Amino acid sequence: MRAKDASGARDPARLLPILLLAPALLWLAALILLPHVELGILSLRARVAPRVYEPSLAQFRTFIDEPLYWHTFVRTAVISILATATTLLLAFPIAWTIAKIARSRARSLLFVLCLIPFWVSETVRTLGWMILLRESGVLPALLVRLGMTPAPVELLYHDATILVGLVYTSMLFMVVPLIGALESLDDSLIEAAYDLGGNGWSILRQIVIPHAAPGIVAGCIVVFMLTLGNYLTPTLLGGKNSQWFTEQIYTQFITRFNWEQGAAFGFLLLGLSTLIVLLGLKLSGQRFGEVMQQT
Amino acid sequence: MTATSGTATSAAPPDLQVERLGKRFGDFRAVDDLSFSVERGSFFSILGPSGCGKTTLLRIIAGFLSPDAGEVRIGGKPMQGVPPNKRPVNMVFQHLALFPMMSVGENVGYGLARRGIAKDEIKRRVGDMLERVSLPGAQDKRVDQLSGGQKQRVAIARSLVLEPTLLLLDEPLGALDLKLRDHMKIELKQLQAAFGTTFVYITHDQSEALVLSDHVAVMNQGRFEQIGTPQDLYYAPQTPFVAGFVGANNAVQGRATQIHGDRVTLASEKGLVISARAMGALRVGDAVQAFVRPEVASLSRSAAPFTDSGLPHYQARIDSLLFDGANSAVLLHEENSGTGFRIALPQTGHLSDLVVGENVSFSFDPQLAVCFAAGNEHAS
Repeated sequence: MRAKDASGARDPARLLPILLLAPALLWLAALILLPHVELGILSLRARVAPRVYEPSLAQFRTFIDEPLYWHTFVRTAVISILATATTLLLAFPIAWTIAKIARSRARSLLFVLCLIPFWVSETVRTLGWMILLRESGVLPALLVRLGMTPAPVELLYHDATILVGLVYTSMLFMVVPLIGALESLDDSLIEAAYDLGGNGWSILRQIVIPHAAPGIVAGCIVVFMLTLGNYLTPTLLGGKNSQWFTEQIYTQFITRFNWEQGAAFGFLLLGLSTLIVLLGLKLSGQRFGEVMQQT
Repeated sequence: MTATSGTATSAAPPDLQVERLGKRFGDFRAVDDLSFSVERGSFFSILGPSGCGKTTLLRIIAGFLSPDAGEVRIGGKPMQGVPPNKRPVNMVFQHLALFPMMSVGENVGYGLARRGIAKDEIKRRVGDMLERVSLPGAQDKRVDQLSGGQKQRVAIARSLVLEPTLLLLDEPLGALDLKLRDHMKIELKQLQAAFGTTFVYITHDQSEALVLSDHVAVMNQGRFEQIGTPQDLYYAPQTPFVAGFVGANNAVQGRATQIHGDRVTLASEKGLVISARAMGALRVGDAVQAFVRPEVASLSRSAAPFTDSGLPHYQARIDSLLFDGANSAVLLHEENSGTGFRIALPQTGHLSDLVVGENVSFSFDPQLAVCFAAGNEHAS
């Protein structure tokens, strides 16, 4: 008991971590926790008369009854998963090159090349894609000149266009955790596997991927969440056809001024991303804490 | 330089034949026109300081590097263009490179599975192999549950289960602490004797090479200075580099003043005159370098025993005492020239009461000291 008293609460060494954490805790409470509580309350009430509300599940019922909403919801999830998988497939060779093949100078150069697009804002980058892909844009003109199409084709406003934009925007967030995971892989493990008779494919499957799994899952979680919550890229590249769930939320809040419905959609999206991330962790046999150390 | 290790002249080709092998990195000759062969079932070590090219040589044999010139034959078959996963050679890596994502059993069975052997058969062979390396029933353990010594046994088992013609070992004891290293040395030698597989072992630790090997090649700057049994290297070094690198040695530089048969007398600049056995052709007036092993010299409080035996002897004063059990020695300097010597103390404990600053006599049999022409470090 005496020992406990000696190192009492007034010990400055004990107070320090709390003080250091205070800004982050305040930020979390004021900007994340409070708005979510507020939105949670909003989503669970219905307006019965001007300024009169009562608890209700009406918003969630609307979501189920209206096919447009849950179609958009499922579509957003599917395209996000597809975008995440595509990003992983494209980012893996890049990360491998940077982590294992490139030497010091080429390595930094390659990494900077991955980073450079992020020096301009997402809006400008997406507009860049529009200049390239629109009917009067660079790529359709090139296709006509090469004789591959008789007249300029509209390359914007397709699902594939949305996918391209999403993958492009997410690339860095996949490459960084992958580089971390691959750098920590001892080269002699690969050599040993090769020496014992392994070939490229079996080494990738049995040595590289198991080792890099936390990094792969970390990258996938980050990219999936960014994609699912992306508003700008699907709206600009997909146009009216994009049908992205964040657009529905925006419409409810800003155009329709139906905050209750918007809040309900927001929570549905949160639930969806949580569910898919947990499913992904379960399927890959990874633990959340371990994975997050990789990011 | 060509040398063949082993005396057996069996009809079977040597397990490893290397002919005029060369590898450059830019202007640096990592492996320089090297030829040697290793007999079946022998333990062959390549001993050299870091940067001497021994790792490059091993990686060429394993197939991770391709040579610029020359040829490697394993079990009589040329290996040019054969990738590491197709060579009858396996390697034990410096840090063992066990697969942490697999169990011990999966590690040992990895190579067998890659060969497409049936699961039951793999299970049986892995079990047998783990039993042979005294790790029965360790199949389901995780790699990080093993001690350093057990990890080494798993690494060797993982290679030997594939029954390679040749097992290459890249300083596998380097990362262990001294006590465990001594223990593993013995274990490694017993494993090699039990399996009878040809081992090619590289190390910078001369004690590992001497204890383990049937034959040792001393490597320096991409070439072999000498190939021989550990005893040859120790008692009859052929080059000053070998004399200096293998075992402790006292070096004395000077000029040859007299030569009688294979006995050369040299005088150092500071005026020390000693005699030694000439290695190679020497002429009077040549710059020479003599080596006297610490245990070859004997120590006495008085000069009397040496005058009786007729051996040359020297007066000296003790600078420091290095007590290390059976390896105890004294550092002293010869009185006239001030030349420093390290001399082993008798293991009986006799003379253990010497003190710093005491005057003593020491002497050695010139036949047991060796003398080379100086400045031809790479002569072979």
